[in-house]
Amino acid sequence: MKFDQWKDFQKGDWESEINVRDFIQKNYTPYEGDSSFLAGTTEKTKKLWDEVLELYKKEHDSEGGVLDIDTKTVSTVSSHEAGYINKDLEDIVGLQTDAPLKRAIMPFGGIRIVEKSCEAYGRKVDPEVEEIFHKYRKTHNDGVFSVYTPDIRAARSSHLLTGLPDGYGRGRIIGDYRRVALYGVDVLIEEKKKELDVLDVDELTEKIIREREEISEQIKALNELKVMASKYGFDISKPASNAKEAVQWLYFGYLGAIKDQNGAAMSIGRTSTFLDIYFERDLKNGLITEEEAQEIMDHFVMKLRLVRFLRTPEYNELFSGDPVWVTESIGGMGIDGRTLVTKNSFRVLHTLENLGPAPEPNLTVLWSTNLPEGFKRYTTDLSIKTSSIQYENDDLMRITLGDDYGIACCVSPMRIGKQMQFFGARANLAKTLLYAINGGRDEKSGKQVTPKYEPITSEYLEYDEVMEKFNQMMDYVAKIYIKALNAIHYMHDKYSYEAIEMALHDREIYRTMACGIAGLSVVADSLSAIKYAKVKVIRDETGLAVDYEVEGDFPKFGNDDDRVDEIAVELVKNFMNKLRKHQTYRNSTHTLSILTITSNVVYGKATGNTPDGRKAGSPFGPGANPLHGRDTNGALAVMNSIAKLPFDSAEDGISYTFSITPGTLGKSEEERVTNLVNMLDGYFTQTGHHINVNVFDRSLLEDAMEHPEKYPQFTIRVSGYAVHFTKLTREQQLDVINRTIHERI
Amino acid sequence: MEEEKDLRYYAKVHSIESFGTVDGPGIRFVLFLQGCHLQCKYCHNRDTWDMNDGNYKSLDEIFNKILRYKNYIHPRGGVTITGGEPLLQVKFLIELFTKLKKEGIHTCIDTSGMVTLTDDIKKLLSLTDLVLLDIKHIDDEKCKDLVGRSNKTELEFARYLSDNNISMWIRQVIVPGYTDDEQDLLKLKDFISTLKTVQKIELLPYHNIGEFKWKKLGIKYSLEDVRQANNKDIKRAKKILGIEN
Repeated sequence: MKFDQWKDFQKGDWESEINVRDFIQKNYTPYEGDSSFLAGTTEKTKKLWDEVLELYKKEHDSEGGVLDIDTKTVSTVSSHEAGYINKDLEDIVGLQTDAPLKRAIMPFGGIRIVEKSCEAYGRKVDPEVEEIFHKYRKTHNDGVFSVYTPDIRAARSSHLLTGLPDGYGRGRIIGDYRRVALYGVDVLIEEKKKELDVLDVDELTEKIIREREEISEQIKALNELKVMASKYGFDISKPASNAKEAVQWLYFGYLGAIKDQNGAAMSIGRTSTFLDIYFERDLKNGLITEEEAQEIMDHFVMKLRLVRFLRTPEYNELFSGDPVWVTESIGGMGIDGRTLVTKNSFRVLHTLENLGPAPEPNLTVLWSTNLPEGFKRYTTDLSIKTSSIQYENDDLMRITLGDDYGIACCVSPMRIGKQMQFFGARANLAKTLLYAINGGRDEKSGKQVTPKYEPITSEYLEYDEVMEKFNQMMDYVAKIYIKALNAIHYMHDKYSYEAIEMALHDREIYRTMACGIAGLSVVADSLSAIKYAKVKVIRDETGLAVDYEVEGDFPKFGNDDDRVDEIAVELVKNFMNKLRKHQTYRNSTHTLSILTITSNVVYGKATGNTPDGRKAGSPFGPGANPLHGRDTNGALAVMNSIAKLPFDSAEDGISYTFSITPGTLGKSEEERVTNLVNMLDGYFTQTGHHINVNVFDRSLLEDAMEHPEKYPQFTIRVSGYAVHFTKLTREQQLDVINRTIHERI
Repeated sequence: MEEEKDLRYYAKVHSIESFGTVDGPGIRFVLFLQGCHLQCKYCHNRDTWDMNDGNYKSLDEIFNKILRYKNYIHPRGGVTITGGEPLLQVKFLIELFTKLKKEGIHTCIDTSGMVTLTDDIKKLLSLTDLVLLDIKHIDDEKCKDLVGRSNKTELEFARYLSDNNISMWIRQVIVPGYTDDEQDLLKLKDFISTLKTVQKIELLPYHNIGEFKWKKLGIKYSLEDVRQANNKDIKRAKKILGIEN
């Protein structure tokens, strides 16, 4: 391959094969300096952003926070006509529909969900669409429920398994959108045709047939992508020739994905250092200035802040605040020891200053103790000012994932263009423990949910007996869980295949079955209470254990106390091994995450009193966090406890949300930055995986709850993503406020 | 009857804070020791006074715990011992600091300095990188009223640190109407100017967040009617003391 657009680039394997990593390695310029080179907003950016803020306001004031819905057009890669915020001002163009913040319908996932969502916001789906999807076209949602077994349904409706992507798009697939910019779509189509050749074999087995069909779908989607771009006046069949085009081409790739799929998390990958190569070339050739480079990035990020999906109110209860998880992974180190931080890593973060804080894109810094000091200080300084950044341990992930992986959603690492996951939400382990005690009867309804097991009948809980029964119940849950996920992902592939995202992948894909657990700290504390204190069971007249009295003190997770932390570690390993016993769809590799997003509130609501003294209905700790208020030895003790959780057994990520008041972090701005840098270095050296950093005073949250209008852009990090605080439900706001904010008196 | 403990190897501990940032430079592992012989009216850790409270923890236990935080506190932070009055448990601290120095960990003591300079104290100070010396009041009579003791020993203590080249940060709590008199602050300034090893002067605004701890113990809080110090108070005091920011 040879293109004029590749002028000045260093040669490499990337020219003869699809190999973005090789292109980056051969061409990027590491940047070890500080943030002093950055440019502010241009007039154009200011004007455009003001228009967006106006739109936000209108959206906020609309019913249910939904500005508009196109109820007629079934969304596909090329479905809608071009849309603009203000065509004259936009450096980067492209919207999901023909107008900003107008949401699209994507009924391939499920027509009923689309109908429900429209109704919730006072609208009705076009009758023709309804007819097609009720009468003639089966959806993912229909598919799943046509095969679900009674045990899966029971586990689902009793909230043993919650948040399964059987009624919404699974997401968590990252297309390698950089390929569109580097190669142009025609090369990608040619490559896919070659893949079809590879699959032209003597025996057309089920596997080969499926793969051939999928690749045909991918080629179709790539052609559609060109059509979509042409509506905006661009020909993306050839590679991008400058920085602005590179951003535009890449964004078109991403736009194709978010027009095609209403996925729970639609992450963008690891794009800023790739794009830096184009910016550097243009800067060197005097084609753009730093102001213009920043302007392009500001406009790009503005587009990412406008991504919207149509979702039901129930969905919002699970994942609150309209999240999209446009996760962009920034920084990290290369395996050759050079940093992958470039000037453009700074630029993308700098949008938080130029445009103000925002939850999207989900800015994720891949932290290494070897990152350049200037970058460490810049990003932590921004964290302190905006509470909009999350950090993940590059030194830990680079071992198995190399140096061209990105984070999908919140904490799920995957090699870009080479790996995907089957998103599996999570199993409620706290409820599992209660079922173990009650022989499979639900502690709230009294209903027999699982097959009848022998319940515990003693007055006081005895550790060994509880563990034996808990193990049996976990065996059962693991089995049902994998069954459900296999059904879901089979149907998702069949009825709602992510053709454009998969077109931006290699043919051979490493797939993971990404399971998850909720309630880790509740279970660890409960087992600790049973082991180290005395737990008396309170039963109702039917013999159902409904409450517990704890006599004496016991070690609690989050205090760096091995007695209980070991219980948590064993629990993770143990449950992971139970999952591994079950065969997965497409031979995907089992993985596990300890992440709840905001659903820790919903899980808590659905779970009765637990043996650690937690009251029925009260929230779990988010992700791997200790239960609210149980950590009494300070923030680092919490970090040490969480860092003990084995990444090997939870490769889909271990989420920790950390909140601290500015005064507790340090006395001066300078000290706060230094302390946060040292804290992150320490946490990640202890092999912690992920951390959300929030820096604010409790009083600020309380004020924002009472006077949301004063805080339109106030952003905080919750488990794995960031949200506008004012978009959370009141329950979730209270949860955040009550959650431990580290402060000392 | 509690078993006799060898006080070189056991300490009476009130609590531990793994992430301290306000008691010394960088990130600090803060050990709160139990027991204090002063009666500061404004104390915000009233529950640390009684030597009979708290739990014994062994040297090994505490030392090993600290090591678990070495990744965070080394090399830019360290360990701070506060309380209560840490110097009441000097024998233990000599053992602990000896071990910490072997690990290259920065050691710091937060003290009133109101103790006799025994050989043990001197030995401990030779193992101490930084002393946060809380000068309660420069005026002896007012000092006695505020904390129940003369300030003589603490001023001698400061002198000893200076003469022996031990770094210190001078602290004073600014309690409106108690410690913010202009003449007193000028006197304090004069005194500090005679010390050679002062790296920093920290003025801590009085707050009543600790009041609930008194109430919880059923003890009357005598500063009930005193207002909390604000930024203006601190600015003014700083100006008098002639210190920046």
